[in-house]
Amino acid sequence: MQLYLPIADLPVNVFLVLAMGAAVGFVSGLFGIGGGFLMTPLLIFIGITPAVAVASVASHIAASSFSGALSYWRRRAIDPALASVLLCGGVTGTALGVWTFTQLRALGQLDLMIALSYVVLLTTVGSLMFSEGLRALMRTRRGAVPPRRTHNWIHGLPLKMRFKRSKIYLSVIPVVIVGVVIGFIGAIMGIGGGFILVPIMIYLLRVPTSTVIGTSMVLTLVTMLFATMLHAVTNHLVDAVLALILMVGGVTGAQFGARAGQKIRGEQLRLLLGLLILSVGIRFAVELVIQPADLFTIRELGVSG
Amino acid sequence: MRALLASLLVLWLGNAAQAERLIVSVSNHRVTVTPNYSGEELVLFGSVEKDAATPADRTAYDLVVTVMGPRADMVTRRKERKFGIWINTDYRQFLAVPSYLALFANRSFDVITTPEIARRQQIGLNNVLLTQRVSGDYADVVPNDAFRSAFIRLRTQRGLYREDGSAVTFLTPTLFRTGIPLPAEVPIGTYEVEIKLFANGALVTKTETAFEIVKVGFEQFVATTARQNGLIYGLVTAAMALMTGWMASIVFRKD
Repeated sequence: MQLYLPIADLPVNVFLVLAMGAAVGFVSGLFGIGGGFLMTPLLIFIGITPAVAVASVASHIAASSFSGALSYWRRRAIDPALASVLLCGGVTGTALGVWTFTQLRALGQLDLMIALSYVVLLTTVGSLMFSEGLRALMRTRRGAVPPRRTHNWIHGLPLKMRFKRSKIYLSVIPVVIVGVVIGFIGAIMGIGGGFILVPIMIYLLRVPTSTVIGTSMVLTLVTMLFATMLHAVTNHLVDAVLALILMVGGVTGAQFGARAGQKIRGEQLRLLLGLLILSVGIRFAVELVIQPADLFTIRELGVSG
Repeated sequence: MRALLASLLVLWLGNAAQAERLIVSVSNHRVTVTPNYSGEELVLFGSVEKDAATPADRTAYDLVVTVMGPRADMVTRRKERKFGIWINTDYRQFLAVPSYLALFANRSFDVITTPEIARRQQIGLNNVLLTQRVSGDYADVVPNDAFRSAFIRLRTQRGLYREDGSAVTFLTPTLFRTGIPLPAEVPIGTYEVEIKLFANGALVTKTETAFEIVKVGFEQFVATTARQNGLIYGLVTAAMALMTGWMASIVFRKD
């Protein structure tokens, strides 16, 4: 069934988009991530312009992180204090991100920047995660105990605050900075940032695993809602029809993914996720290096007169 | 005053001396594009009316139909290899160019008239005026300019620019028809149709008509709202995201 996407200005097959939403939802449920880093590239590959893809995926991630956050809230696995501090940074970062997005679009370098950010971020995070997963897997094979966590330099920073639910005593400075960074790249790349945020919170901020995913989902939810709003107001690029199809497919797929995820071991999951992230990054790198089929592109600046 | 009268008289005489009149009509003056619209074809038909002043030896006519959609500014960008990757480097801005452009004739454009008249009357895609902003200056460039030809090529690929030297058919020596194909992604707005009649390479007369393309349905409503009420649109989309997420958490609740 063909459906015309009003903002993307493109007819698409509803079932194809629904299936894509479900597939990405499955993966996101499996790994406990938003899946934006998969959804945005997939949309770009089926011919939707990177700008519309980034803006529309934001609302899709908001939907899936809201259903996730609700269930974590019921299990009391969200740290409200930590989430609020993260959000202070997150909202600022998102506003900066959308502003940069608009500037880059006017310069005609938006598509390039989106692709470059994907290459840099995904290959780095992907290879880190892959090697870490590999090491963890080897450790368990050998039966060795994982190294004990120690405090690092971050815990020496001033402006400390007690986060009761997470049972940590931490400076707000790194928390706000993490929020800004995640909000910024999320708005530009159309990702929730969960796959970067969760490792940072675990390894750098030492947030316990009991609250880390729920709290990161709150940040994702609010930054993505905010990004949706800003993209809608400034660039008019949010395709609500596209977003709705993705949401419906995504939230359904996520449920099955989450069930499947419980059957796979943690190290194997991280290894797989690392591999997945890495391959998306490489796909973008290849795209940049090979000569495009057409060197020219047209952008309409709107009806004049 | 006398000069004005004289010129009016010349104009009137000129008109009278033209001797042919064009009567045209399109099959539909208001095309509604619905969500499942997959392109359609309008039909333009008309006839050449002769009168007593028409030279008896004038029997063969040539006809050129130009359809122009609403005008818009567009940017064409070119990628170049820099640091091993392909980057947009150079660009040209096209000012107030037709978003849809179709040129139809009953035979090849270059045999209808002389290159000089073809350029002046904008006959053929190579002769249509496409104003570019070149470093603060406004001009159209030579037809084989890289940006101009790329622009026309890309628009043609999308079916929005077209040129066909055999689309107009004369049913009788004076009765003609042509189809105007409108692909699924036609821009909405007013379309101007200009019909020019040539005889022996000279422009005899011309006339104009117009039609309108309106999109109706949910998709168009969404697109219009997105552009005109960004804030409300954003709020509704955000609310929709929350609703979907909430419904999912209820439907799939495990406990």
